[in-house]
Amino acid sequence: MQLTDEEEAMRAGTMGPAVQMAIEHQIKVGRYLGAEDFVPVGQAHIMADTESLGVAGVEWLERLARLPAQHRRVRIPTITDPRGTDFAAAQRLKQQPWMVELEQRAVTAFEALGVLMTNTCINYQTIMPPVLGEHVAYGDTGVVIYCNSVCGARSNFEGGPSALSAGLTGRTPRYGYHLDERRQATLVIEVSHTPHELNEWGALGGIVGRLAGDYWQVPALVGIDRVPGSDEMKHFGAALASYGSVALFHIVGVTPEAQYMSDVLPAGRDLPTHEVGEEDLRAFAQSYAREIDKVDLVVFSAPQLSLVEMQQVANLLEGRRADIPLFVVTSPQVKPDADRMGLTTRIEAAGGTVLSGMCFYQSYAREMAEANGWKRLATNSAKLVNIIGGYGYRPALLSMEACIATACAGGRMTS
Amino acid sequence: MSETIFYATAGMGRRVEGHALVAKDGFSARYDLDRMRGVFSRPEHKLAGESYVGRVLVLDAAKGGVATAWMLHEMKARGVMPAALVLNAVNPIMVQGAALADFTMISGFDLDITQAVPNGAVVEVEPSGERPFIRVVSP
Repeated sequence: MQLTDEEEAMRAGTMGPAVQMAIEHQIKVGRYLGAEDFVPVGQAHIMADTESLGVAGVEWLERLARLPAQHRRVRIPTITDPRGTDFAAAQRLKQQPWMVELEQRAVTAFEALGVLMTNTCINYQTIMPPVLGEHVAYGDTGVVIYCNSVCGARSNFEGGPSALSAGLTGRTPRYGYHLDERRQATLVIEVSHTPHELNEWGALGGIVGRLAGDYWQVPALVGIDRVPGSDEMKHFGAALASYGSVALFHIVGVTPEAQYMSDVLPAGRDLPTHEVGEEDLRAFAQSYAREIDKVDLVVFSAPQLSLVEMQQVANLLEGRRADIPLFVVTSPQVKPDADRMGLTTRIEAAGGTVLSGMCFYQSYAREMAEANGWKRLATNSAKLVNIIGGYGYRPALLSMEACIATACAGGRMTS
Repeated sequence: MSETIFYATAGMGRRVEGHALVAKDGFSARYDLDRMRGVFSRPEHKLAGESYVGRVLVLDAAKGGVATAWMLHEMKARGVMPAALVLNAVNPIMVQGAALADFTMISGFDLDITQAVPNGAVVEVEPSGERPFIRVVSP
Protein backbone atom coordinates (compact mmCIF):
# COMPACT_ATOMS: atom_id res chain seq x y z
CA MET A 1 0.00 0.00 0.00
CA GLN A 2 1.11 3.53 -0.74
CA LEU A 3 1.33 5.53 2.47
CA THR A 4 1.26 9.29 2.94
CA ASP A 5 3.79 11.01 5.18
CA GLU A 6 1.18 11.14 7.94
CA GLU A 7 0.48 7.40 7.59
CA GLU A 8 4.20 6.62 7.69
CA ALA A 9 4.42 8.67 10.89
CA MET A 10 1.51 6.72 12.34
CA ARG A 11 3.21 3.46 11.45
CA ALA A 12 6.49 4.65 13.00
CA GLY A 13 4.72 5.24 16.31
CA THR A 14 5.05 9.03 16.26
CA MET A 15 1.38 9.37 17.26
CA GLY A 16 1.49 6.74 19.96
CA PRO A 17 1.03 2.99 20.25
CA ALA A 18 -2.75 2.90 19.74
CA VAL A 19 -2.54 4.64 16.37
CA GLN A 20 0.47 2.51 15.45
CA MET A 21 -1.45 -0.68 16.27
CA ALA A 22 -4.44 0.59 14.37
CA ILE A 23 -2.64 1.45 11.16
CA GLU A 24 -0.62 -1.78 11.22
CA HIS A 25 -3.86 -3.73 11.52
CA GLN A 26 -5.36 -1.74 8.64
CA ILE A 27 -2.28 -2.29 6.46
CA LYS A 28 -2.41 -6.04 7.10
CA VAL A 29 -6.10 -6.09 6.09
CA GLY A 30 -5.58 -3.74 3.15
CA ARG A 31 -2.71 -5.79 1.73
CA TYR A 32 -4.75 -9.01 1.85
CA LEU A 33 -7.67 -7.35 0.06
CA GLY A 34 -5.62 -5.50 -2.55
CA ALA A 35 -6.02 -1.91 -1.33
CA GLU A 36 -3.60 0.48 -3.04
CA ASP A 37 -3.87 3.18 -0.41
CA PHE A 38 -6.05 4.64 2.35
CA VAL A 39 -9.15 6.82 2.06
CA PRO A 40 -10.15 9.34 4.76
CA VAL A 41 -13.47 8.54 6.43
CA GLY A 42 -15.96 10.82 8.14
CA GLN A 43 -17.46 8.47 10.73
CA ALA A 44 -16.77 5.11 12.31
CA HIS A 45 -19.29 2.72 13.88
CA ILE A 46 -18.04 -0.10 16.09
CA MET A 47 -19.76 -3.40 16.62
CA ALA A 48 -18.56 -4.79 19.96
CA ASP A 49 -20.98 -6.69 22.16
CA THR A 50 -19.12 -8.65 24.83
CA GLU A 51 -20.36 -12.01 23.60
CA SER A 52 -18.25 -11.32 20.51
CA LEU A 53 -15.40 -9.61 22.35
CA GLY A 54 -15.12 -12.12 25.12
CA VAL A 55 -12.87 -11.41 28.10
CA ALA A 56 -9.90 -11.35 25.70
CA GLY A 57 -11.43 -8.57 23.62
CA VAL A 58 -12.42 -6.50 26.63
CA GLU A 59 -8.88 -6.81 28.03
CA TRP A 60 -7.54 -5.72 24.63
CA LEU A 61 -9.72 -2.59 24.80
CA GLU A 62 -8.72 -1.92 28.40
CA ARG A 63 -5.03 -1.96 27.45
CA LEU A 64 -5.75 0.77 24.91
CA ALA A 65 -7.85 2.68 27.45
CA ARG A 66 -4.92 2.82 29.89
CA LEU A 67 -2.75 4.76 27.43
CA PRO A 68 -2.23 8.53 27.97
CA ALA A 69 -5.28 10.50 26.83
CA GLN A 70 -3.49 12.18 23.92
CA HIS A 71 -2.58 8.78 22.49
CA ARG A 72 -5.83 6.92 22.88
CA ARG A 73 -8.67 9.14 21.66
CA VAL A 74 -10.42 8.63 18.33
CA ARG A 75 -10.01 11.46 15.84
CA ILE A 76 -13.34 11.21 13.99
CA PRO A 77 -16.95 10.80 15.27
CA THR A 78 -17.06 7.17 16.39
CA ILE A 79 -20.27 5.51 17.58
CA THR A 80 -21.32 2.01 18.63
CA ASP A 81 -23.60 -0.84 17.68
CA PRO A 82 -25.91 -2.34 20.35
CA ARG A 83 -24.65 -3.67 23.68
CA GLY A 84 -25.10 -7.21 24.86
CA THR A 85 -27.58 -6.13 27.48
CA ASP A 86 -30.10 -3.51 28.50
CA PHE A 87 -28.60 -2.66 31.87
CA ALA A 88 -32.04 -1.87 33.28
CA ALA A 89 -33.48 -5.24 32.23
CA ALA A 90 -30.66 -7.74 32.61
CA GLN A 91 -32.28 -9.44 35.60
CA ARG A 92 -35.60 -9.69 33.78
CA LEU A 93 -33.78 -11.47 30.93
CA LYS A 94 -32.00 -13.74 33.44
CA GLN A 95 -28.61 -12.62 32.21
CA GLN A 96 -25.79 -13.38 34.59
CA PRO A 97 -24.01 -10.67 36.61
CA TRP A 98 -20.71 -11.49 34.84
CA MET A 99 -22.30 -10.63 31.45
CA VAL A 100 -23.44 -7.24 32.74
CA GLU A 101 -20.08 -6.57 34.39
CA LEU A 102 -18.21 -7.42 31.21
CA GLU A 103 -20.44 -5.05 29.21
CA GLN A 104 -19.80 -2.28 31.74
CA ARG A 105 -16.04 -2.83 31.46
CA ALA A 106 -16.30 -2.53 27.66
CA VAL A 107 -18.37 0.67 27.96
CA THR A 108 -15.81 2.20 30.34
CA ALA A 109 -12.95 1.35 27.99
CA PHE A 110 -14.73 2.76 24.93
CA GLU A 111 -15.58 5.97 26.76
CA ALA A 112 -11.90 6.41 27.62
CA LEU A 113 -11.16 6.22 23.89
CA GLY A 114 -13.65 9.03 23.17
CA VAL A 115 -16.23 6.75 21.57
CA LEU A 116 -19.87 7.88 21.73
CA MET A 117 -21.92 5.02 23.19
CA THR A 118 -24.90 5.25 20.89
CA ASN A 119 -25.60 1.50 21.15
CA THR A 120 -27.66 1.34 17.98
CA CYS A 121 -27.85 -0.47 14.66
CA ILE A 122 -30.22 2.13 13.18
CA ASN A 123 -27.88 5.12 13.32
CA TYR A 124 -28.88 6.00 9.75
CA GLN A 125 -32.40 6.63 11.10
CA THR A 126 -31.54 8.18 14.45
CA ILE A 127 -28.00 9.64 14.63
CA MET A 128 -26.48 10.92 11.39
CA PRO A 129 -27.19 9.29 8.03
CA PRO A 130 -24.19 9.58 5.72
CA VAL A 131 -24.28 11.63 2.56
CA LEU A 132 -24.17 10.36 -1.05
CA GLY A 133 -20.55 9.55 -1.83
CA GLU A 134 -19.34 9.93 1.78
CA HIS A 135 -16.66 7.42 2.80
CA VAL A 136 -17.31 5.89 6.22
CA ALA A 137 -16.19 2.91 8.30
CA TYR A 138 -19.33 1.22 9.58
CA GLY A 139 -19.47 -2.02 11.49
CA ASP A 140 -22.93 -3.54 11.40
CA THR A 141 -23.96 -5.36 8.24
CA GLY A 142 -27.43 -3.83 8.27
CA VAL A 143 -25.94 -0.37 8.75
CA VAL A 144 -23.41 -0.83 5.93
CA ILE A 145 -25.88 -2.16 3.40
CA TYR A 146 -28.46 0.53 4.16
CA CYS A 147 -25.93 3.35 4.02
CA ASN A 148 -24.27 2.05 0.86
CA SER A 149 -27.52 1.31 -0.95
CA VAL A 150 -30.12 3.80 0.29
CA CYS A 151 -27.81 6.70 1.15
CA GLY A 152 -25.20 6.06 -1.56
CA ALA A 153 -22.38 6.24 0.99
CA ARG A 154 -19.27 4.08 0.77
CA SER A 155 -18.24 1.53 3.35
CA ASN A 156 -17.05 -2.03 3.61
CA PHE A 157 -18.04 -4.31 6.49
CA GLU A 158 -15.71 -2.96 9.17
CA GLY A 159 -15.59 -5.35 12.09
CA GLY A 160 -14.96 -3.98 15.56
CA PRO A 161 -11.16 -3.88 15.49
CA SER A 162 -11.11 -2.29 12.03
CA ALA A 163 -13.81 0.27 12.82
CA LEU A 164 -11.97 1.27 16.00
CA SER A 165 -8.76 1.47 13.97
CA ALA A 166 -10.53 3.79 11.52
CA GLY A 167 -11.66 5.91 14.46
CA LEU A 168 -8.08 6.16 15.71
CA THR A 169 -6.47 6.88 12.31
CA GLY A 170 -9.31 8.70 10.53
CA ARG A 171 -8.96 6.49 7.45
CA THR A 172 -9.54 3.01 6.11
CA PRO A 173 -7.99 0.89 3.32
CA ARG A 174 -9.44 1.83 -0.03
CA TYR A 175 -10.88 -1.39 -1.42
CA GLY A 176 -14.26 -2.92 -2.11
CA TYR A 177 -17.19 -0.53 -1.95
CA HIS A 178 -15.02 2.59 -1.72
CA LEU A 179 -14.23 2.01 -5.41
CA ASP A 180 -16.53 3.02 -8.30
CA GLU A 181 -15.93 -0.17 -10.22
CA ARG A 182 -17.01 -2.36 -7.33
CA ARG A 183 -20.42 -0.70 -7.12
CA GLN A 184 -21.70 -2.01 -10.43
CA ALA A 185 -24.37 -4.73 -10.38
CA THR A 186 -23.28 -8.35 -10.69
CA LEU A 187 -26.72 -9.97 -10.87
CA VAL A 188 -30.26 -8.90 -11.66
CA ILE A 189 -33.35 -9.81 -9.64
CA GLU A 190 -36.67 -9.48 -11.45
CA VAL A 191 -39.28 -9.02 -8.73
CA SER A 192 -42.89 -9.71 -9.69
CA HIS A 193 -44.39 -9.00 -6.24
CA THR A 194 -43.51 -5.89 -4.24
CA PRO A 195 -43.65 -6.84 -0.55
CA HIS A 196 -46.13 -5.17 1.77
CA GLU A 197 -45.09 -6.17 5.30
CA LEU A 198 -41.67 -5.89 6.93
CA ASN A 199 -41.36 -9.68 7.22
CA GLU A 200 -41.99 -9.96 3.47
CA TRP A 201 -39.26 -7.43 2.77
CA GLY A 202 -36.99 -9.50 4.99
CA ALA A 203 -37.99 -12.66 3.12
CA LEU A 204 -37.12 -10.95 -0.16
CA GLY A 205 -33.78 -9.96 1.34
CA GLY A 206 -33.13 -13.52 2.44
CA ILE A 207 -33.97 -14.96 -0.97
CA VAL A 208 -31.80 -12.44 -2.80
CA GLY A 209 -29.03 -13.00 -0.25
CA ARG A 210 -29.00 -16.72 -0.96
CA LEU A 211 -28.95 -16.03 -4.70
CA ALA A 212 -26.11 -13.54 -4.36
CA GLY A 213 -24.13 -15.73 -1.98
CA ASP A 214 -21.05 -13.68 -1.17
CA TYR A 215 -19.73 -10.27 -0.18
CA TRP A 216 -18.58 -9.28 -3.65
CA GLN A 217 -22.00 -9.66 -5.29
CA VAL A 218 -24.15 -6.58 -5.97
CA PRO A 219 -27.77 -7.40 -6.80
CA ALA A 220 -29.86 -4.95 -8.82
CA LEU A 221 -33.61 -5.31 -8.37
CA VAL A 222 -36.15 -4.42 -11.03
CA GLY A 223 -39.91 -4.60 -10.78
CA ILE A 224 -40.39 -2.94 -7.38
CA ASP A 225 -43.54 -0.97 -8.16
CA ARG A 226 -43.29 1.85 -5.59
CA VAL A 227 -40.71 3.67 -3.48
CA PRO A 228 -40.25 1.68 -0.24
CA GLY A 229 -40.01 3.43 3.11
CA SER A 230 -37.00 3.49 5.40
CA ASP A 231 -38.20 0.69 7.68
CA GLU A 232 -38.88 -1.51 4.66
CA MET A 233 -35.38 -0.89 3.31
CA LYS A 234 -34.01 -1.51 6.80
CA HIS A 235 -35.55 -4.99 6.96
CA PHE A 236 -34.73 -5.83 3.33
CA GLY A 237 -31.11 -4.76 3.65
CA ALA A 238 -30.55 -6.37 7.05
CA ALA A 239 -31.77 -9.72 5.74
CA LEU A 240 -29.86 -9.43 2.46
CA ALA A 241 -26.66 -8.70 4.34
CA SER A 242 -27.28 -11.50 6.80
CA TYR A 243 -28.18 -14.24 4.33
CA GLY A 244 -25.73 -13.32 1.63
CA SER A 245 -23.02 -11.28 3.34
CA VAL A 246 -23.97 -8.60 0.79
CA ALA A 247 -22.94 -4.97 1.35
CA LEU A 248 -24.63 -3.14 -1.52
CA PHE A 249 -27.82 -3.46 -3.54
CA HIS A 250 -29.55 -1.31 -6.11
CA ILE A 251 -33.27 -0.90 -6.71
CA VAL A 252 -33.63 0.57 -10.18
CA GLY A 253 -35.56 3.80 -10.08
CA VAL A 254 -35.34 4.02 -6.28
CA THR A 255 -31.83 3.94 -4.84
CA PRO A 256 -29.63 6.93 -5.64
CA GLU A 257 -26.98 5.27 -7.79
CA ALA A 258 -29.48 3.38 -9.97
CA GLN A 259 -31.93 5.82 -11.47
CA TYR A 260 -31.70 3.71 -14.61
CA MET A 261 -30.46 0.17 -15.06
CA SER A 262 -27.72 1.49 -17.33
CA ASP A 263 -26.30 3.40 -14.34
CA VAL A 264 -25.24 0.14 -12.68
CA LEU A 265 -25.08 -2.34 -15.53
CA PRO A 266 -21.51 -3.04 -16.62
CA ALA A 267 -21.13 -2.16 -20.27
CA GLY A 268 -21.44 -5.04 -22.67
CA ARG A 269 -22.21 -7.63 -20.02
CA ASP A 270 -25.20 -9.89 -19.62
CA LEU A 271 -25.72 -10.51 -15.93
CA PRO A 272 -27.20 -13.62 -14.32
CA THR A 273 -30.89 -12.94 -13.84
CA HIS A 274 -33.29 -14.48 -11.35
CA GLU A 275 -37.03 -14.12 -10.91
CA VAL A 276 -38.59 -13.83 -7.46
CA GLY A 277 -42.35 -13.81 -6.91
CA GLU A 278 -44.94 -13.91 -4.17
CA GLU A 279 -44.86 -17.69 -3.95
CA ASP A 280 -41.11 -17.56 -3.26
CA LEU A 281 -41.66 -15.21 -0.32
CA ARG A 282 -44.36 -17.47 1.07
CA ALA A 283 -42.18 -20.58 0.69
CA PHE A 284 -39.30 -18.81 2.43
CA ALA A 285 -41.40 -18.05 5.50
CA GLN A 286 -42.98 -21.51 5.53
CA SER A 287 -39.58 -23.18 5.52
CA TYR A 288 -39.06 -21.83 9.02
CA ALA A 289 -42.50 -22.49 10.42
CA ARG A 290 -42.61 -26.22 9.69
CA GLU A 291 -43.85 -28.22 12.65
CA ILE A 292 -44.04 -25.17 14.89
CA ASP A 293 -47.54 -24.56 16.18
CA LYS A 294 -46.63 -22.83 19.42
CA VAL A 295 -43.80 -20.51 20.42
CA ASP A 296 -42.26 -19.62 23.77
CA LEU A 297 -41.63 -15.95 23.06
CA VAL A 298 -42.02 -13.20 20.49
CA VAL A 299 -39.11 -10.87 19.72
CA PHE A 300 -39.01 -7.67 17.72
CA SER A 301 -35.29 -7.00 17.22
CA ALA A 302 -32.51 -7.11 14.63
CA PRO A 303 -32.83 -4.40 13.57
CA GLN A 304 -33.85 -2.17 16.47
CA LEU A 305 -37.29 -0.67 16.01
CA SER A 306 -37.87 2.86 14.77
CA LEU A 307 -40.33 5.16 16.52
CA VAL A 308 -42.82 4.36 13.77
CA GLU A 309 -42.49 0.62 14.37
CA MET A 310 -42.90 1.20 18.11
CA GLN A 311 -46.20 2.93 17.42
CA GLN A 312 -47.28 0.08 15.15
CA VAL A 313 -46.62 -2.43 17.93
CA ALA A 314 -48.44 -0.30 20.50
CA ASN A 315 -51.43 0.06 18.18
CA LEU A 316 -51.60 -3.69 17.51
CA LEU A 317 -51.57 -4.37 21.28
CA GLU A 318 -54.51 -2.01 21.91
CA GLY A 319 -57.11 -3.77 24.05
CA ARG A 320 -55.08 -6.99 24.19
CA ARG A 321 -52.58 -8.63 26.48
CA ALA A 322 -49.49 -10.71 25.71
CA ASP A 323 -49.38 -13.88 27.82
CA ILE A 324 -45.96 -15.06 26.70
CA PRO A 325 -42.74 -12.97 26.78
CA LEU A 326 -42.92 -10.25 24.16
CA PHE A 327 -39.69 -8.26 23.70
CA VAL A 328 -39.64 -5.02 21.75
CA VAL A 329 -36.09 -3.77 21.22
CA THR A 330 -35.30 -0.22 20.18
CA SER A 331 -32.43 2.26 20.27
CA PRO A 332 -31.49 4.56 23.16
CA GLN A 333 -32.33 7.48 20.85
CA VAL A 334 -35.90 6.25 20.19
CA LYS A 335 -36.65 5.05 23.76
CA PRO A 336 -37.02 8.51 25.36
CA ASP A 337 -39.44 9.56 22.62
CA ALA A 338 -41.35 6.30 22.98
CA ASP A 339 -41.56 6.98 26.73
CA ARG A 340 -42.63 10.58 26.26
CA MET A 341 -45.27 9.68 23.71
CA GLY A 342 -46.77 6.95 25.86
CA LEU A 343 -45.81 4.12 23.52
CA THR A 344 -43.65 2.34 26.11
CA THR A 345 -46.41 2.52 28.70
CA ARG A 346 -48.95 1.14 26.24
CA ILE A 347 -46.70 -1.76 25.19
CA GLU A 348 -45.79 -2.66 28.76
CA ALA A 349 -49.36 -2.33 30.00
CA ALA A 350 -50.21 -4.98 27.43
CA GLY A 351 -47.59 -7.31 28.87
CA GLY A 352 -44.67 -6.47 26.57
CA THR A 353 -41.15 -5.56 27.65
CA VAL A 354 -39.41 -2.66 25.93
CA LEU A 355 -35.63 -2.96 25.80
CA SER A 356 -33.18 -0.41 24.46
CA GLY A 357 -29.58 -0.23 23.38
CA MET A 358 -29.18 -3.95 22.85
CA CYS A 359 -29.89 -6.63 20.27
CA PHE A 360 -31.51 -9.94 21.11
CA TYR A 361 -29.04 -12.20 19.31
CA GLN A 362 -26.01 -10.28 20.58
CA SER A 363 -27.01 -10.79 24.20
CA TYR A 364 -25.90 -14.29 25.16
CA ALA A 365 -29.01 -15.65 23.47
CA ARG A 366 -28.09 -19.29 24.11
CA GLU A 367 -27.65 -18.66 27.83
CA MET A 368 -30.91 -16.69 27.95
CA ALA A 369 -32.70 -19.57 26.25
CA GLU A 370 -31.35 -22.06 28.77
CA ALA A 371 -32.11 -19.84 31.76
CA ASN A 372 -35.66 -19.10 30.61
CA GLY A 373 -36.60 -22.36 28.94
CA TRP A 374 -37.03 -20.69 25.54
CA LYS A 375 -36.87 -22.84 22.44
CA ARG A 376 -39.34 -21.63 19.83
CA LEU A 377 -39.38 -17.98 18.88
CA ALA A 378 -41.56 -15.87 16.57
CA THR A 379 -40.38 -12.65 14.99
CA ASN A 380 -41.00 -10.46 11.96
CA SER A 381 -37.24 -10.12 11.35
CA ALA A 382 -35.79 -12.40 8.68
CA LYS A 383 -32.32 -11.43 9.89
CA LEU A 384 -33.12 -12.67 13.40
CA VAL A 385 -34.58 -15.88 11.99
CA ASN A 386 -31.34 -16.47 10.07
CA ILE A 387 -29.09 -16.03 13.07
CA ILE A 388 -31.00 -17.35 16.06
CA GLY A 389 -31.05 -20.98 14.89
CA GLY A 390 -27.32 -21.20 15.64
CA TYR A 391 -28.13 -20.28 19.24
CA GLY A 392 -30.44 -23.26 19.67
CA TYR A 393 -33.79 -21.62 18.93
CA ARG A 394 -36.38 -22.74 16.41
CA PRO A 395 -37.63 -19.55 14.78
CA ALA A 396 -40.76 -18.70 12.84
CA LEU A 397 -41.06 -15.67 10.54
CA LEU A 398 -44.45 -13.96 10.80
CA SER A 399 -45.85 -10.52 10.09
CA MET A 400 -45.85 -7.99 12.96
CA GLU A 401 -49.60 -8.42 13.20
CA ALA A 402 -49.36 -12.23 13.40
CA CYS A 403 -46.55 -11.96 15.97
CA ILE A 404 -48.74 -9.84 18.22
CA ALA A 405 -51.70 -12.15 17.73
CA THR A 406 -49.47 -15.12 18.61
CA ALA A 407 -48.17 -13.38 21.73
CA CYS A 408 -51.74 -12.71 22.84
CA ALA A 409 -52.85 -16.29 22.17
CA GLY A 410 -50.48 -17.99 24.58
CA GLY A 411 -47.91 -18.51 21.85
CA ARG A 412 -50.22 -20.45 19.53
CA MET A 413 -49.19 -19.48 16.05
CA THR A 414 -51.48 -17.51 13.81
CA SER A 415 -50.42 -16.53 10.30
CA MET B 1 -0.70 -38.08 -10.87
CA SER B 2 -3.61 -36.17 -9.29
CA GLU B 3 -2.93 -32.64 -8.25
CA THR B 4 -2.13 -32.25 -4.54
CA ILE B 5 -1.08 -28.60 -4.24
CA PHE B 6 -3.52 -25.74 -4.76
CA TYR B 7 -2.40 -22.11 -4.93
CA ALA B 8 -4.37 -19.26 -3.39
CA THR B 9 -4.39 -15.59 -4.27
CA ALA B 10 -3.91 -14.33 -0.71
CA GLY B 11 -2.77 -15.55 2.67
CA MET B 12 -1.83 -14.50 6.16
CA GLY B 13 -0.47 -16.16 9.29
CA ARG B 14 1.93 -19.05 9.84
CA ARG B 15 2.42 -22.44 8.27
CA VAL B 16 0.23 -25.17 9.77
CA GLU B 17 -0.38 -28.85 9.19
CA GLY B 18 -3.45 -30.79 10.26
CA HIS B 19 -6.53 -32.76 9.28
CA ALA B 20 -8.92 -31.06 6.89
CA LEU B 21 -12.61 -30.65 7.69
CA VAL B 22 -14.22 -29.93 4.33
CA ALA B 23 -17.69 -28.86 3.24
CA LYS B 24 -19.33 -26.86 0.46
CA ASP B 25 -20.80 -24.43 2.96
CA GLY B 26 -20.07 -21.05 4.52
CA PHE B 27 -18.34 -19.89 7.68
CA SER B 28 -19.50 -17.41 10.28
CA ALA B 29 -18.29 -17.62 13.86
CA ARG B 30 -21.55 -16.26 15.22
CA TYR B 31 -24.04 -17.92 12.94
CA ASP B 32 -22.51 -21.38 12.66
CA LEU B 33 -20.57 -22.23 15.82
CA ASP B 34 -21.06 -23.16 19.44
CA ARG B 35 -17.80 -21.51 20.37
CA MET B 36 -17.74 -22.87 23.90
CA ARG B 37 -18.02 -26.50 22.85
CA GLY B 38 -16.00 -26.05 19.64
CA VAL B 39 -18.60 -27.51 17.28
CA PHE B 40 -20.67 -26.36 14.33
CA SER B 41 -24.09 -25.69 15.84
CA ARG B 42 -26.32 -24.23 13.14
CA PRO B 43 -28.65 -27.12 12.28
CA GLU B 44 -28.64 -26.40 8.52
CA HIS B 45 -24.85 -26.32 8.27
CA LYS B 46 -23.32 -29.31 6.47
CA LEU B 47 -20.88 -29.76 9.35
CA ALA B 48 -23.52 -29.50 12.09
CA GLY B 49 -22.32 -31.37 15.18
CA GLU B 50 -18.69 -31.66 13.99
CA SER B 51 -15.81 -30.37 16.10
CA TYR B 52 -13.59 -27.79 14.40
CA VAL B 53 -10.95 -27.66 17.13
CA GLY B 54 -7.49 -28.06 15.66
CA ARG B 55 -8.85 -28.79 12.19
CA VAL B 56 -7.97 -27.06 8.93
CA LEU B 57 -11.39 -25.81 7.82
CA VAL B 58 -11.87 -25.91 4.03
CA LEU B 59 -15.09 -24.10 3.26
CA ASP B 60 -16.76 -22.11 0.54
CA ALA B 61 -17.31 -18.51 1.54
CA ALA B 62 -17.18 -16.27 4.54
CA LYS B 63 -20.77 -15.59 5.61
CA GLY B 64 -22.81 -13.52 7.95
CA GLY B 65 -22.03 -10.47 9.99
CA VAL B 66 -19.20 -8.70 11.61
CA ALA B 67 -18.83 -10.62 14.85
CA THR B 68 -16.15 -12.94 13.47
CA ALA B 69 -13.76 -9.97 13.49
CA TRP B 70 -13.68 -10.18 17.30
CA MET B 71 -14.58 -13.81 17.71
CA LEU B 72 -11.47 -15.41 16.20
CA HIS B 73 -9.40 -13.44 18.74
CA GLU B 74 -11.71 -14.56 21.55
CA MET B 75 -11.63 -18.19 20.39
CA LYS B 76 -7.82 -18.15 20.21
CA ALA B 77 -7.55 -16.78 23.75
CA ARG B 78 -9.46 -19.84 24.99
CA GLY B 79 -7.61 -22.26 22.71
CA VAL B 80 -10.86 -23.55 21.15
CA MET B 81 -10.37 -22.84 17.47
CA PRO B 82 -9.51 -24.27 14.08
CA ALA B 83 -5.90 -24.60 12.97
CA ALA B 84 -6.52 -22.60 9.79
CA LEU B 85 -9.19 -21.40 7.40
CA VAL B 86 -9.08 -22.15 3.68
CA LEU B 87 -11.87 -20.45 1.74
CA ASN B 88 -12.94 -19.99 -1.85
CA ALA B 89 -14.07 -16.46 -1.03
CA VAL B 90 -13.44 -14.22 1.94
CA ASN B 91 -15.14 -11.09 3.06
CA PRO B 92 -13.39 -8.23 4.84
CA ILE B 93 -14.61 -9.43 8.24
CA MET B 94 -12.81 -12.74 7.94
CA VAL B 95 -9.60 -10.92 6.97
CA GLN B 96 -9.97 -8.46 9.84
CA GLY B 97 -10.63 -11.28 12.29
CA ALA B 98 -7.67 -13.31 11.11
CA ALA B 99 -5.45 -10.22 11.31
CA LEU B 100 -6.43 -9.43 14.92
CA ALA B 101 -6.08 -13.06 15.98
CA ASP B 102 -2.82 -13.61 14.08
CA PHE B 103 -4.59 -16.58 12.51
CA THR B 104 -3.71 -18.62 9.41
CA MET B 105 -5.98 -18.11 6.43
CA ILE B 106 -5.67 -18.47 2.66
CA SER B 107 -8.31 -17.82 0.01
CA GLY B 108 -9.05 -17.41 -3.67
CA PHE B 109 -8.45 -20.41 -5.91
CA ASP B 110 -8.99 -21.08 -9.62
CA LEU B 111 -11.13 -24.08 -8.73
CA ASP B 112 -13.61 -24.98 -6.01
CA ILE B 113 -11.26 -25.85 -3.16
CA THR B 114 -14.03 -27.72 -1.31
CA GLN B 115 -14.19 -30.21 -4.17
CA ALA B 116 -10.42 -30.54 -4.46
CA VAL B 117 -9.38 -31.35 -0.89
CA PRO B 118 -10.63 -34.66 0.56
CA ASN B 119 -12.39 -34.45 3.89
CA GLY B 120 -10.13 -35.81 6.62
CA ALA B 121 -6.92 -35.53 4.58
CA VAL B 122 -3.73 -34.39 6.26
CA VAL B 123 -2.92 -31.04 4.70
CA GLU B 124 -0.22 -28.40 4.86
CA VAL B 125 -1.18 -24.73 4.66
CA GLU B 126 1.57 -22.25 3.81
CA PRO B 127 0.16 -18.70 3.80
CA SER B 128 3.36 -16.70 3.28
CA GLY B 129 5.22 -15.83 0.12
CA GLU B 130 3.90 -14.79 -3.24
CA ARG B 131 1.96 -18.01 -3.78
CA PRO B 132 0.16 -19.21 -0.64
CA PHE B 133 -0.97 -22.82 -0.94
CA ILE B 134 -2.67 -25.82 0.59
CA ARG B 135 -1.05 -29.20 -0.08
CA VAL B 136 -2.63 -32.58 0.48
CA VAL B 137 0.01 -34.55 2.40
CA SER B 138 -2.00 -37.75 2.67
CA PRO B 139 -5.63 -38.19 1.56
